[in-house]
Amino acid sequence: MRVALLVTCLNDALRPGTGQAVVSLLRRLGVDVDFPLAQTCCGQPLVNTGYLDEAVPLVRSFVRTFESHDAVVVPSGSCAGSVRHQHALVARRAGDPGLATAVEEVSSRVHELSELLVDVLGVTDVGAYYPHTVTYHPTCHSLRMLGVGDRPRRLLEAVRGLRLVDLPAAEECCGFGGTFALKNADTSVAMGFDKVRHVRGTGAEVLVAGDTSCLTHLGGMLTRQRAGVRVAHLAQVLASTEGDVWGEPA
Amino acid sequence: MGGAGVTGTFVGMPTFPVAARRALGDAQLRHNLGQATATIRAKRQRLVEEVDAAVPTSAADPQGLGGWEALRRAGAAVKEAALRSLPEHLERLEAELVANGATVHWARDAAEACSVVAAVARAHGVREVVKVKSMVTQEIGLNEALEAEGVAAWETDLAELIVQLDEDLPSHILVPAIHRNRAEVREIFLRRMKEVGRAAPDGLGDEPAALAAAARSHLREKFLSARMAVSGANFAVAETGTLVVVESEGNGRMCLTLPEVLVSVVGIEKVVPTWEQLDPMLRLLPRSSTGERMNPYTSTWSGTAAGDGPGEVHVVLLDNGRTRALADEVGRQALRCIRCSACLNVCPVYERTGGHAYGSVYPGPIGAILNPLLNGVGHDDQVDSLPYASTLCGACFEVCPVRIDIPSVLVDQRAQVVDAHRGRRRSGEAVVMRLAAATLADEGRLGFAERFTGVGLRAARRGAGWPGLRRWTGARDLPRPPRESFRAWWRRTGGGTR
Repeated sequence: MRVALLVTCLNDALRPGTGQAVVSLLRRLGVDVDFPLAQTCCGQPLVNTGYLDEAVPLVRSFVRTFESHDAVVVPSGSCAGSVRHQHALVARRAGDPGLATAVEEVSSRVHELSELLVDVLGVTDVGAYYPHTVTYHPTCHSLRMLGVGDRPRRLLEAVRGLRLVDLPAAEECCGFGGTFALKNADTSVAMGFDKVRHVRGTGAEVLVAGDTSCLTHLGGMLTRQRAGVRVAHLAQVLASTEGDVWGEPA
Repeated sequence: MGGAGVTGTFVGMPTFPVAARRALGDAQLRHNLGQATATIRAKRQRLVEEVDAAVPTSAADPQGLGGWEALRRAGAAVKEAALRSLPEHLERLEAELVANGATVHWARDAAEACSVVAAVARAHGVREVVKVKSMVTQEIGLNEALEAEGVAAWETDLAELIVQLDEDLPSHILVPAIHRNRAEVREIFLRRMKEVGRAAPDGLGDEPAALAAAARSHLREKFLSARMAVSGANFAVAETGTLVVVESEGNGRMCLTLPEVLVSVVGIEKVVPTWEQLDPMLRLLPRSSTGERMNPYTSTWSGTAAGDGPGEVHVVLLDNGRTRALADEVGRQALRCIRCSACLNVCPVYERTGGHAYGSVYPGPIGAILNPLLNGVGHDDQVDSLPYASTLCGACFEVCPVRIDIPSVLVDQRAQVVDAHRGRRRSGEAVVMRLAAATLADEGRLGFAERFTGVGLRAARRGAGWPGLRRWTGARDLPRPPRESFRAWWRRTGGGTR
């Protein structure tokens, strides 16, 4: 099987390790991974801040880049949600029925990482080894926009060496919210502190989530607090094996 | 539509981020809200699970949605259908009300509605009215308008009474005094009741029963002396011209039955065509608002009845921005709202800032969309800040009993705010967004920009950078710069194959 990776702009620029982990994980599962170099950003930061006109060229470029691929994988619930639920809005705004049709076609082939693994590849045990105590934060868009349900949990439970501890108030938002983190910084931080307090209370060494955006916000608080808890993307945990452990501090 | 607008009460409020900052610093508020919202959330959740358990996949639920989801869909469908043929249902409502002896008034905006109520008060020479808890009379600033006419309007809902006595503002739709704990309520009763009526008893404690008894005896005096009452309505059933009020305390029923004159202000979106269609609404509302299977009091009245209740009944059908909202393709679904406040109780932003930060009688996620819809955007920074008062986490949509997709409406309204400001002086944000759009428009520019990620991050981590950066770095470290971007790694190594 051949899958195109939409790495997301955030992973591309700030957390390339997430993308490398996806590549490593999927190759191990026998998937041929392609990275179309023309990709940039799904446009979510613009759409969610209200800049729809500005997002039109990004959506056009997204469709051009991925329309020839049978399956696209995204290590982000938020970006997958943006493609599946917001690109249609942008296409309508552009007043371009051709773009709307193309968006509908392409977006139906876009899968968040846990969806691709569980639904398309049909695996929950990906053969990973990660000898750490871990707690999992289900990010809002993966949970409520995509409805990934317990897929990430099932994947984590099958990882050898991994001890999964429950996160209290897990389904409550971490407070990142894209430009909310800057526009409403005080509220964002109040929410983030509460999430971090719950994370620290679990005694976990690693906070795992499927979105780099939320992890950058929470990870930034954890290091600021010298909390002794690190963050890792779900892809990094699943990519880890006895011989090749991802997500370790650089 | 110049006269339309949500209440005079909150005029001059700061924008959401400014008001939120102040609220976040109030430790007592944070504690009160955290306790109260967690309690109501848990009660609601138990009842939703009960409905799901009571209706397993069956003939009543062929799609296997679960009992609660099927009920939500039924509720949304009732309101949606009513809104689609609103003029027809409103005319039927008016005809039935008039046939039953009520007087119907139409009000375009808050000023018109207030003047109708004031004129009725004047005609009867009353100096005070008792009020049933109602959002719409808060929306139109009725108490202040009556006060200007020399008429005192007494709130009779316990929480509204607390807010009124303290000359405070409501901070929640269902529980306007949610920001107060019982020690604070005791203090307010002791200080203020004696100034406006029967005093609180000496030695008043802060046990809920003692506080309720003090309120009861204070309010009894008002009920027995008032000749006129003002209410809103939760629903208006068109086929029989019936108004419906649901409540917990029975104080509303006192107002609806004891005085000689009753004036009800009803938003035009409250109409449901038939009693049958009222059924899902009455099951959804108490479970979503107070977390009860059924509310203790449901009062219905259809005009006047000889020798039973008020002999003179007025109904003011209010627009006040609702036709503007109805014309908004995405936002019109907000008119399905039944004011249950489930979205407030589950909202992580509301839980931390409380209702005052939203600067309106409609706080929380529903307020963040309702205020811009009723008022329009682009002419008031406070209103324009509300669609941004959300992380778009979607918890509100998940609990809404009439399935209002609040996150989608928020995103649409953000676009309306941005569009309203296009062509004006460019904000720093607009410049940054256009720059981002230009950079992200093609891989070459993005790849070029990414070469400076490391330099930029290293500089920012050392404390350099634009002033806005502190909004991030005030409480969070910036990520450590990667050696190279993913794109650069892929090019250099052929995707890790060499």
